Amino acid sequence: MLVSILMTLVAASTPILLAALGELVVEKSGVLNLGVEGMMLCGAVAGFAVAYSTGSTGLGLVAAALAGVATAMVFAVLTLSLTANQVATGLALTIFGIGASSLIGAGFVGRTIARLGPVFPEALSGHPLLRAMFGHDIVVYLSLLLVLAVSLFLRRTRPGLILRAVGENDGSAHAIGYPVIGIRYGAIAFGGALAGLGGAYFSLALTPMWADRLTAGRGWIALALVVFAAWRPGRLLLGAYLFGAVMTLELQAKAAGVTWLAPEFLAMAPYLATIAVLTMMSLGRKSGRLDAPACLGKPFSAS
Amino acid sequence: MTSIITRRRFNFGAGAAAATLPLIGGASAQAPLGVGFIYVGPVGDHGWTWTHDQGRLALEKEFGAKIKTSFIENVAEGPDAARAIRQLAQAGNQIIFTTSFGFMNPTIQVAKQFPKIHFEHATGYQRAENVATYNARFYEGRAVIGTIAGHMSKSGQAGYIASFPIPEVVMGINAFTLAAQKVNPNFKTKVIWASTWYDPAKEADAAKALIDQGADMITQHTDSAAALQAAEQRGVFAFGQASDMKAFAPKAHLSAIVDDWSGYYIKRVKEVMDGQWKSGDVWGGIKDGFVKIAPYNDAVTPAARAAADEVTKGIVAGTLHPFTGELKDQKGVVRVKAGEKASDEIMSKMDWYVDGVQA
Repeated sequence: MLVSILMTLVAASTPILLAALGELVVEKSGVLNLGVEGMMLCGAVAGFAVAYSTGSTGLGLVAAALAGVATAMVFAVLTLSLTANQVATGLALTIFGIGASSLIGAGFVGRTIARLGPVFPEALSGHPLLRAMFGHDIVVYLSLLLVLAVSLFLRRTRPGLILRAVGENDGSAHAIGYPVIGIRYGAIAFGGALAGLGGAYFSLALTPMWADRLTAGRGWIALALVVFAAWRPGRLLLGAYLFGAVMTLELQAKAAGVTWLAPEFLAMAPYLATIAVLTMMSLGRKSGRLDAPACLGKPFSAS
Repeated sequence: MTSIITRRRFNFGAGAAAATLPLIGGASAQAPLGVGFIYVGPVGDHGWTWTHDQGRLALEKEFGAKIKTSFIENVAEGPDAARAIRQLAQAGNQIIFTTSFGFMNPTIQVAKQFPKIHFEHATGYQRAENVATYNARFYEGRAVIGTIAGHMSKSGQAGYIASFPIPEVVMGINAFTLAAQKVNPNFKTKVIWASTWYDPAKEADAAKALIDQGADMITQHTDSAAALQAAEQRGVFAFGQASDMKAFAPKAHLSAIVDDWSGYYIKRVKEVMDGQWKSGDVWGGIKDGFVKIAPYNDAVTPAARAAADEVTKGIVAGTLHPFTGELKDQKGVVRVKAGEKASDEIMSKMDWYVDGVQA
């Protein structure tokens, strides 16, 4: 049973981890994209549509990432090239994504596809302990690799340093010749791809079907997670699995007959945990700025 | 946050409208009767709204060019609903079905302005001269699938994914458990309150948690088919909700409670045509065709089939009532006396659980 709980926990955490990791890179470049939920939904529907039409979940994942990028580009053009307000545009992107995904998905309601299966052969998942390690689908391992890659990229590579510089002080980065807008386009595209992939995890792996608003607000949790993690990939990983654990254990506690806790309280638990951690982090820091990139959310124009 | 959006699509029953054209000047020179529907969700939800739309399609099939149906989907419950209902009223519809509890006040309000139009509100309790109400006795279906669960469960434990503790949901949990306990007196129902009508990933995880804790029968009062998929994946049995959900879980899906509004809709539209329509309140069950049981899976044992059919027959004949006393709540208070049947009033206010429910 422990293994099964662990597997559920990992699966529940993965889409949030992916979407949040993408958003982390976007925010590190100084852009706040609140449209994660919308991008996730576009990825979810595109992934399902392609997987259903071609019979290949692999193609579905690729399509989901591309759909995420395409949706993110709408945001990028509006906020970077036309310097629209990022908060308003991000919210609009979510609303657009919900509508667009339900329009595209209308013809796929009630259809099912084969679930995204484990990546390693059965032989590697015989023992429960091995199953807990090797019994997952490809997206789970991909998400872990991506955390490592993003972490190394931001901390150890020159392009990563430049991306952070753009997020901390776009004016100076521009003055010494870095293409601020171009870098932010790239970051937003990356964020869109991961959000799309995270969304597709719902329609291809968690619940292999299309249904309206399949992500049910997970995009907002991903946004909270970036703040929760103080813009650090390692902490983001921990945070995502902690969120997954709270969500899973909440249900396990209810199923096990924990009745002294009101169900409404348990449903609230993940959000309560967020508030608690944010409070602790704020108390631990005099600045109260929580390490947010200095230019986060500010429009930049190169003139 | 996500509730800001109400996507609207207008659909003037294109099929029916097209069919009208060749008939003009023919047998039915009369203008078609307008029938309007207000839906709370998308037609494609495969649940609540979908079943109401199946009713609309049945109307078109039954009356053909004699009627013209239209609907507005994804109408938010609240002030906006009145605008949508008024829109259908002004469009010349003569009977309008508003198919969610939250449309109650807007329906009454608009009905006052259009005294000649007939309104039908699903699941409400406010009526007027031109506003009737209707609902279905879903608990009867729960008693049938509970009987199957009692027969088919090896662990004697079912998992129930519930939405919100309103009487309709509590009724379902109790009816299911009581029916299973008639087969296996030690039967237990573990309930997870999901605190949502719709969150597929959470519903699936809830099903997994219930299975982890020993449930080998999963049933739900939430709207998606995700729990069935989880049951299929884990190799346990489950029941569909609102519609036949076999396609989502061919092995796990033992049967389903199917909402069927078509009979009522046809009857009421006919009454409008004949000038016989009267306001009233209908709470229809299996006998009235409001609630149906989806075909059994091949895995359902002959004994379970026979017992389930027996319950269905008993309910139809009126010899079996799912809430027949003596019924005690979990504190031991007698809620329905021995030999008595729970009245509609007791049921529609149900806020207590029978023994064996773990909620």
